[in-house]
Amino acid sequence: MTFKYNNVYVKETATVAGPYEKDGPLKKYYDKTYTDLYFGENSWEKAEIKSVQDSLNILNKKTTTKKGEIDLLVGGDLLNQISATTYGAIGYSKSFLGIYGACSTSVEGMIIASSLIDAKRIKNAVVTISSHNMSSEKQFRNPTEYGAPKPQSATFTCTGSASMMLTNEKTDIKVESSTIGKIIDYDQNDPNDMGRVMAPAAIDTIKRHLDDLNRKPDYYDLILTGDLGLYGKEIVKDFMMQEYNLDLSDNYNDCGVMVYDLKNQEECLAGGSGPVCSALVNFGYIYDEMKKKKLKKVLLVATGALFSPTMVYQKENIYSIANAISLEVV
Amino acid sequence: MKNSKYEKIADRHKAEENRGKNAIIAFIVGGLIGMLGEGIIEIICHYSHISRTEASTYMIMILIFIASLSTALGFFDKLVTKFKCGILIPITGFAHSMTSAALDYRKEGPIYGLGSNIFKLAGSVILYGVVSAWFFGMIRFLIGGGS
Repeated sequence: MTFKYNNVYVKETATVAGPYEKDGPLKKYYDKTYTDLYFGENSWEKAEIKSVQDSLNILNKKTTTKKGEIDLLVGGDLLNQISATTYGAIGYSKSFLGIYGACSTSVEGMIIASSLIDAKRIKNAVVTISSHNMSSEKQFRNPTEYGAPKPQSATFTCTGSASMMLTNEKTDIKVESSTIGKIIDYDQNDPNDMGRVMAPAAIDTIKRHLDDLNRKPDYYDLILTGDLGLYGKEIVKDFMMQEYNLDLSDNYNDCGVMVYDLKNQEECLAGGSGPVCSALVNFGYIYDEMKKKKLKKVLLVATGALFSPTMVYQKENIYSIANAISLEVV
Repeated sequence: MKNSKYEKIADRHKAEENRGKNAIIAFIVGGLIGMLGEGIIEIICHYSHISRTEASTYMIMILIFIASLSTALGFFDKLVTKFKCGILIPITGFAHSMTSAALDYRKEGPIYGLGSNIFKLAGSVILYGVVSAWFFGMIRFLIGGGS
């Protein structure tokens, strides 16, 4: 499933990040950062909602739009009933679509919004994504203060929220094409090694995207996966070369590896994860590089582990998915 | 069925775990906590006239208090990353699991939050602890006659 778009453009982005991301190498690309994880609220969930509100408010300020003027808001997060998005985005837009694609949600949202704009159903849309290290630890793993030792292959959920406004008015950055992912089961079941779970989904989507559009990897200045981490990233490179003879050694990276300084931030283990991991890097750093025209053609491949603790306890595998969208400077 | 080609490539990029080092750290730290407990018993016995059994109850309470307080102050989890299972396996880890659950779920109120979630991690330890205590008690009763 690969689509090409003719009249979809990126208008603006807004990013809000937590303290661990602030200590990372991409600090200057965030619009707002917090020094503690509560963001002035009294629970982790409310803190995540606050970050969604912040990123939407910053986006409004940057684009001088008022609350309620946007045609559609598409968004999601990791919490049950995607509550961070629904509580944070109430009243923001004329219509709302809540989506769940685990850590692939950012690109999933961009594909939905772009397709509706391209079909001339709507004029503009905002994609908003969030995750919070503590609220997702609490929901998916152990209580947040519980210090269970984690293996080196585990990833660290990013904290923050990122929003992007897409429009049919021409800007410098065009949404060029997209490939919708499919659910992949490679018989993986270790929640502490999500890179290994998600790498097959990334491989599948990148391969199909390149085949559908008859492109080689070097067509892109940069191909970015979402949150595979140190080890998953190497698997993708190795597998692509071995199986399909596609060389990703020069223009491929992973947002999970870029978002933290992994040598000095040891608690982040194999790298960042969570829906906002790829969104912070893509809407912050990559958007900025494209505005400066340092990067001209970028393929964003957001990877998601469709991980349910219940199903893993019931001895089922962890499935994964990856969605890809290509941005070009015009 | 595992995709053998994928497994082969993925195995080449596995994270290195230093299990040996972790085990040694845990062994030493766990031993030190045992020593600390023994020291507390000795001190209590020395300064007050209570039995060793009673003193060990006070020792457990003191260790639980220290672990719970340092969980609430937010640094116990950081100690675990350093000292591994050395501080997680003794009674300190049990106290830590309950306090951390209580801290997280108190926002959902005393009944649906704290009350129903405080044993989230410790529940298994209590259940299987009681069950195995019953089994070992029975074995002791049958062999030694319960005395």
